[in-house]
Amino acid sequence: MNAIDIRNVFKSYPEFTMQDVTLQLPEGMILGLIGENGSGKTTLIKLIMGMCKKDAGAIEVLGCSDLAGNPAMKEEIGVVPDEVFLPPFMKAEEIGVLAAKFYRSWDAARYRELLDMLRIPLKTPFKDLSKGNKMRCGFACALSHRPKLLILDEATAGLDPIVRDEILDLLTDFTRQEDHSILISSHIVSDLERVCDYVTFLHEGSVLLTQEKDLLKEECRKIVCSVRELSAIPQEALVGKRETPYGAECIVRKWGVPEGVNASPVSLEEIYVMMVKGEAHERAAI
Amino acid sequence: MQILIDNYSGVSIYEQIHAQIRDQIVSGELQADQPLPSIRSLAKDLRISVITTKRAYEELEKEGFIYTMAGKGSYVSARNKELLKENHLRSIEEHMEEIRKLAVSCGLDKEDVLEMWHTIWEDSE
Repeated sequence: MNAIDIRNVFKSYPEFTMQDVTLQLPEGMILGLIGENGSGKTTLIKLIMGMCKKDAGAIEVLGCSDLAGNPAMKEEIGVVPDEVFLPPFMKAEEIGVLAAKFYRSWDAARYRELLDMLRIPLKTPFKDLSKGNKMRCGFACALSHRPKLLILDEATAGLDPIVRDEILDLLTDFTRQEDHSILISSHIVSDLERVCDYVTFLHEGSVLLTQEKDLLKEECRKIVCSVRELSAIPQEALVGKRETPYGAECIVRKWGVPEGVNASPVSLEEIYVMMVKGEAHERAAI
Repeated sequence: MQILIDNYSGVSIYEQIHAQIRDQIVSGELQADQPLPSIRSLAKDLRISVITTKRAYEELEKEGFIYTMAGKGSYVSARNKELLKENHLRSIEEHMEEIRKLAVSCGLDKEDVLEMWHTIWEDSE
């Protein structure tokens, strides 16, 4: 079963169009959704959550195709946005009391446990918490109603490495259970990319690529070569390139690396940037 | 069992897991019929992809190093000398292929490499 199943979804706004997006997150897996600002990540998450209407296509979340008309299903989904908005004058422990009234599945003991584990100050009003603590609080809330699907929308942007590391622990712990899945949306992945099973690149409202993350990283290599060597690389092997008057830097599938050229591993970010730039370059050429 | 994942080594994570478990089986550190951690718990402990871990286990199973009992998990297979030899042969072939590529890239031909090989072999005898 897929935790998220999006098929041929279209959505248009006056100045932004989401085109024919198809995306699956298999149950028990972690999907990294990577895209630059304005590529459609948040629109996609709104569509998944039933917060805006699609123009065409089909979306199923945890087997439910109408999340908007099925509020009980939303308890199964934990969302952590880029900025956590909780009542500013409430203390962490009071937020727990409030949340218990919203969620039937609220687990007060779990919330308390998470507050302790993440060392969130209990008596400080939310507005006075540090950015890291606000985010920790958001995670504690999202995990305490026992969701099956966790959605992070840029949730780790601007956090220090220690908090990111804690979050990584939370994410891996959450998915120890086989029916728990995560969608991580971000314009940077770095440390979080390690735990992802799949990765999807989104660019200008379209999916550039969806692939098993480690396979993609194994397949792609970065090479620096002369323009002549570049022209000898088969087009199908070329993922992206950047040419200068003095040579070229490109990302190539392993089988297309010319003999004798030194090839080094690449990060997902590098692959993404090269793919997006390559595309813009091609369009400019036409 | 010890598994060390190095994110910056350039060796794929899949290959790191596969090689380290295989080596520990070959060296006898992991005994026949000893249970291995479940795919999901190993992946989560190492903070890596479940799919990648599964792929490493599948490869080890295909090569006969481990066996899986449905619903119970994976175990180390009894050792098989022929299998080890087979694996070493394959490894030698891979290294030779590397040598060939390096030789081509710096313009050496087969005879040059063979001559180097004779020297190295005789030196170590």
